[in-house]
Amino acid sequence: MKLSSFRHLLRWEVMLIGLVIVLAIAANAVTPLFLTAPNISDALSNLSEKALMLLPLVPLIIAREIDLSVASIAGLASVSLGAMFEAKVPLAVAIVVVVVIGALCGLLNGVLVSVLGLPSLVVTLGTLGLYRGLCYVVLSGKSVAGFPAWFTNFGFGYIPGTLIPQPLVIVVVAAVIFGVWLHLTTGGREVYAIGNGSGAARFSGLPVRSLLVRLYVVSGTFSAIAGVIYSARFASARADSALGFELDVIAAALLGGVSMAGGVGSIFGGLLGLTVLGVVRNAMSLANISSEVQSVVVGALLILAVLLTTLLSDSSRLKRAPSRAVRKEVAADA
Amino acid sequence: MTDALKTARPGVRVRSGNPVVTILRRREASLVLALALITVGVSSVAPRFLSLDNFGQILAAVVVVTVVGVGQALVVISGNVDLSVGSVVGLTAFVAATTAHANQSLPLLIVFLMAMAIGAACGAINGLLVTVGRIPAIVVTLGTLYVFRGVDYIIAGGGQVNAAELPSSFLDFPSQKLLGIPLTIVLTVVLVAVFAAGARWLRVGRYLYATGNSSEAAHLAGLPQRRTVFGAFVLCGALAGVAGVLYATRFGAVTSSAGLGLEFQVVAAVVVGGVSILGGSGSIIGSVLGAILFGVITNALNVMNAPSNWIQAISGAAILLAIILDLAMSRARERRERFDRERAKLS
Repeated sequence: MKLSSFRHLLRWEVMLIGLVIVLAIAANAVTPLFLTAPNISDALSNLSEKALMLLPLVPLIIAREIDLSVASIAGLASVSLGAMFEAKVPLAVAIVVVVVIGALCGLLNGVLVSVLGLPSLVVTLGTLGLYRGLCYVVLSGKSVAGFPAWFTNFGFGYIPGTLIPQPLVIVVVAAVIFGVWLHLTTGGREVYAIGNGSGAARFSGLPVRSLLVRLYVVSGTFSAIAGVIYSARFASARADSALGFELDVIAAALLGGVSMAGGVGSIFGGLLGLTVLGVVRNAMSLANISSEVQSVVVGALLILAVLLTTLLSDSSRLKRAPSRAVRKEVAADA
Repeated sequence: MTDALKTARPGVRVRSGNPVVTILRRREASLVLALALITVGVSSVAPRFLSLDNFGQILAAVVVVTVVGVGQALVVISGNVDLSVGSVVGLTAFVAATTAHANQSLPLLIVFLMAMAIGAACGAINGLLVTVGRIPAIVVTLGTLYVFRGVDYIIAGGGQVNAAELPSSFLDFPSQKLLGIPLTIVLTVVLVAVFAAGARWLRVGRYLYATGNSSEAAHLAGLPQRRTVFGAFVLCGALAGVAGVLYATRFGAVTSSAGLGLEFQVVAAVVVGGVSILGGSGSIIGSVLGAILFGVITNALNVMNAPSNWIQAISGAAILLAIILDLAMSRARERRERFDRERAKLS
């Protein structure tokens, strides 16, 4: 069972790699600008915030929970950073405070979901509104700009001598840590156990509640870091920073083979899903297609991906279904 | 067995011997109480809150969320959720306004029917993907939220319909009255009454609750559980279409961003109104009271000159409060019942 679902996943990931290649060739045929180093660098840099939100979301979805509030936490982090910068708080201190705020936002989610046992969908829908609402309270309609050069240079800059955007370094380091943790450590396997059945996981003595709280805190923390990077890259903080990013992040996870039913998925798959979305959005931007129309495609991709994974897992379930002889035997036993 | 069923979900009402206590324990009662407290509190600070004029403004502002909330309540009771309603309202509002602009003499009823048909088609897409495609409703409607909005943007193409371009029959609709009551309010009340009665007493209404309580049990009991869920999505879409026309007639000017983020207010109203997000419990009237509560809070903030940007944060906090309250109440009920059972054993 375990092995076959792993194999299924591997097939899905290979399919996604193929899809990325096909999309990239198609995009390059439409606009020759696509497969140029500056464009790829720009596209990757555009994905960095979403990638940081995605990394903790993958284990959360595997554990059969969800966090819809990631983009709102990123927005709140960006706005708080701007407000503190305006109040003459040193930027380095403000960044630390903002990351702590993100962790606290995640803690609230985690406590409501796992200690009180409330459905994560409603909890994080509520905090999506609450945290985004606080953005407008903190910074009403205005935007903060004029951040110091070291900060914005980090957002715009490359690793010296290359075209690798600096924010991407954080993403890669984080991705390796998350990948190793989720796939190679006991803690990571516990996440899968919870997703396959939290009741069974708890009776096996796993610390289900505290693990979930920690996952939400990590999710809040990384969303806040994403918000800081967003402010650096756009050299501004506004109440609508990162608005609606949760769609792309959730779509990426599901496209990457992480199942809402829990217990299935990988960090690599999630990142591949995000890459597909990134290629699609970037190619459409190069072709001057508006971001609203891009969202139609992203929304449709999300539904298609889940439809396809459902159909695939159905067909493999049919194959595994007991033969008629076995069923007869079972019936006779009963 | 029956006890286990009753305590299995928050929000399932248990009748006590005392009818007064039974009424007070209902969510509707606590919402009315909350409304009364806000009214007394705000009007002592800002007396103009209590004027008839302001009351009319609250109701006019609340109709869109209320009508969409009725449809959303049907979907949530069936154990699903529809996040695409804001986009359907935006799409139908824009189509209604452009149609009325292009055909100045078209009766408003035709515009309503057309918007309902478009909304129902959107709902049918959601419903098919959920029931036949077996994709979780949250994923489907998160996707169609963007798809429907994008279709709206493509049709609108950045343009907007101005009030000056619309026929007077269209713009006058909100100020038309029947026996002194605004027609929009009459329409909303009729819709609410029909759906509240239908959910309460019609067979399909009870199917909705049965499906939401346990999709599997409903299926095993031979209920047309897929068709019920599909129907709930179609009705929700059609009601969002009605709300789209109401939106367009109320504001006159319609851009492609009409109804943006409305799904959030609607889900908040429904959940605060006592409809359990797990499905199977809650009432249409409760969701209407939830919508009115948010309307009153928004208005109270305006009257007290509080910054309007507080409203989203408050809606979010209200959702959290409502679900925590639900949990506390169902735990208290469990404790009470366990106590009653123990006592029954002793005697």
